Amino acid sequence: MSTLGVAAPPRPAGVRLLRRRLLDRVMSALLLIVTVLLLLLLAVIVGYIVVRGASAINFDFFVQLPKPVGAVGGGVANALLGTVELILLASCLGVPIGILGGVYLAEFGDNPVADLVSFMADVLAGIPSIVIGIFAYAVVVIPMHRFSALAGGFALGILMVPIIMRTSVGILRLVPATLREASLALGASERATILRVVLPAATGGIVTGVMLAIARVAGETAPLLFTAFGNEYWQFSVDKATAALPLQIFQYAISPYADWQAKAWAGSLVLIVLVVLTSLMARLATRNASVGLGRQR
Amino acid sequence: MAATTEYGPRGSDVTLTEAARDVLRRAVGSRTGTAGDVGFRVLTLLCALAILAVVLGVAVVLVLQSGLSLHTFGWSFLVNRTWDPVAKKFGALPFIYGSVVTSAVALILATPLGLAVALYLTEAAPRPLRAPLAFGAELLAAIPSVVYGLWGIFVLVPVLRSVVEPALGHVLGFLPVFSGPAYGVGLLAGGCIIAIMIVPTIIAISRDVIAAVPQAQREAAYALGATRWEVISGAVLPFGASGIIGAVVLALGRAIGETMAVTMVIGNNHDISASVFGLGDTLASVIANEFAEAADRLYLSTLVEVGLVLFGVTIILNIIARLLVWRVARGNVGATV
Repeated sequence: MSTLGVAAPPRPAGVRLLRRRLLDRVMSALLLIVTVLLLLLLAVIVGYIVVRGASAINFDFFVQLPKPVGAVGGGVANALLGTVELILLASCLGVPIGILGGVYLAEFGDNPVADLVSFMADVLAGIPSIVIGIFAYAVVVIPMHRFSALAGGFALGILMVPIIMRTSVGILRLVPATLREASLALGASERATILRVVLPAATGGIVTGVMLAIARVAGETAPLLFTAFGNEYWQFSVDKATAALPLQIFQYAISPYADWQAKAWAGSLVLIVLVVLTSLMARLATRNASVGLGRQR
Repeated sequence: MAATTEYGPRGSDVTLTEAARDVLRRAVGSRTGTAGDVGFRVLTLLCALAILAVVLGVAVVLVLQSGLSLHTFGWSFLVNRTWDPVAKKFGALPFIYGSVVTSAVALILATPLGLAVALYLTEAAPRPLRAPLAFGAELLAAIPSVVYGLWGIFVLVPVLRSVVEPALGHVLGFLPVFSGPAYGVGLLAGGCIIAIMIVPTIIAISRDVIAAVPQAQREAAYALGATRWEVISGAVLPFGASGIIGAVVLALGRAIGETMAVTMVIGNNHDISASVFGLGDTLASVIANEFAEAADRLYLSTLVEVGLVLFGVTIILNIIARLLVWRVARGNVGATV
């Protein structure tokens, strides 16, 4: 008791205070320890990927086609191109719908339909991506009678919509009403006000949303398994099965060949560098726009 | 509908704008502007409605495509434990069981972990450290599932096989849950990898919920002489309880839908094993593994029905979670607690 340096209360109370303080110390320490452990786990995971990936990565990895089973060497150039292609296709679908849907919710969203839409956006964000893959299979693959980059892009595009819509709504609501009023007062139409005044003011935040969405879908594998399907060769038509980096990592990771496993690590390193850079850029864009977005997911 | 706070326009701003719009419309009355405005409004409305179309579309497609399986097996699909594509006998019970066990393991591991980190970040960490630490936690969420799977195969599984599972079996081996040979891969590995992946969800949402606890609650407790832990356990946690439960339910939704990493470490086996060391499959992993190879219509249709189960469960969990989190975030939780 005396070590705590408190005024001397009646003895039982002092013992209780000691016990309360001890519990406080123990629990506070526990919170700190758990946090440190989690950060250590993160460091171990990222560190392991960096070390294993860096030792397997080389120039061929970026420019060569995959070699057949047994042959050492080769790369995943077609998968890198395929991932870029899929992201572009997905963006064509997800970006306009996400942003314009966000505009509706933020600017005209004072009605039950908008409430339902925003609720459904949350629901859509919670649907497992593999289920979206089945949807894309039924809607695109079955009618076309073959796997295709289009089907993969369609699935990824759907996954992008709720993320972009959510960030867009958040940022559009932060645009001051006075800006809109000033524009309207100058005689601008509602459309011109939104397109030329409100959206430009919100560009930073919207770009953030788009980049977060890209970072999220770039590593998606499950919805591509039976839409883009994968490919060992170059494929430049969007209506044919195409390779993608996450699919290639999956195939190599579960293979029994050391050379393929090494390529899976290299691919993982490329993928997380891509994803983390995109997330960081998104975060910096938000900081420069000096508007807090709040929670992203 | 409880959705207004999340997306609805902030009342005062928009009523002003709406009023300004009406005045201007009456004053100017520009025809061309109005036609363009209506067109633009309709365009944005259509984009918003696309969300509804997709969710409804997914539901309709899943029901239609699984029609053959629904018709052939009916409700027994959910309780039948045979999965034999050759004999054309299909029951989803092993996968439902696998999803339940892996999710349970994941929640048992991730909930205390995530909650502790969220509490440290909001209540105890030095202020300059809070943002970077939170970013570190979010980084865990940014790593793609397939990369977790790779890490799981080559790091987690060997550790489980050579250290964790023998130790658990040695100490608690008399329980059926911890009995049997240590393969490394299996339900426990699946649960562990999911736990790592849902921790960021629990942290992020618990942080929001805890941040929504009014500062006055904390100050009142401190003023009464409470220690920091007493403030957390007596003021912060009770106030945020329903929101934290919401965070856990949302994490459960993610756990059940998690596909790639689980597929890679769970062992892909159609048996029901009482032990967490046993091999298994989840609803999501069986689709990932077998969908592209399902040749005949009945097989494919059963896999779509597995997807339908997954869809139904995650939607229900998400709705429950949102309602729980909203109650706190909207600030009227004080009235009900």
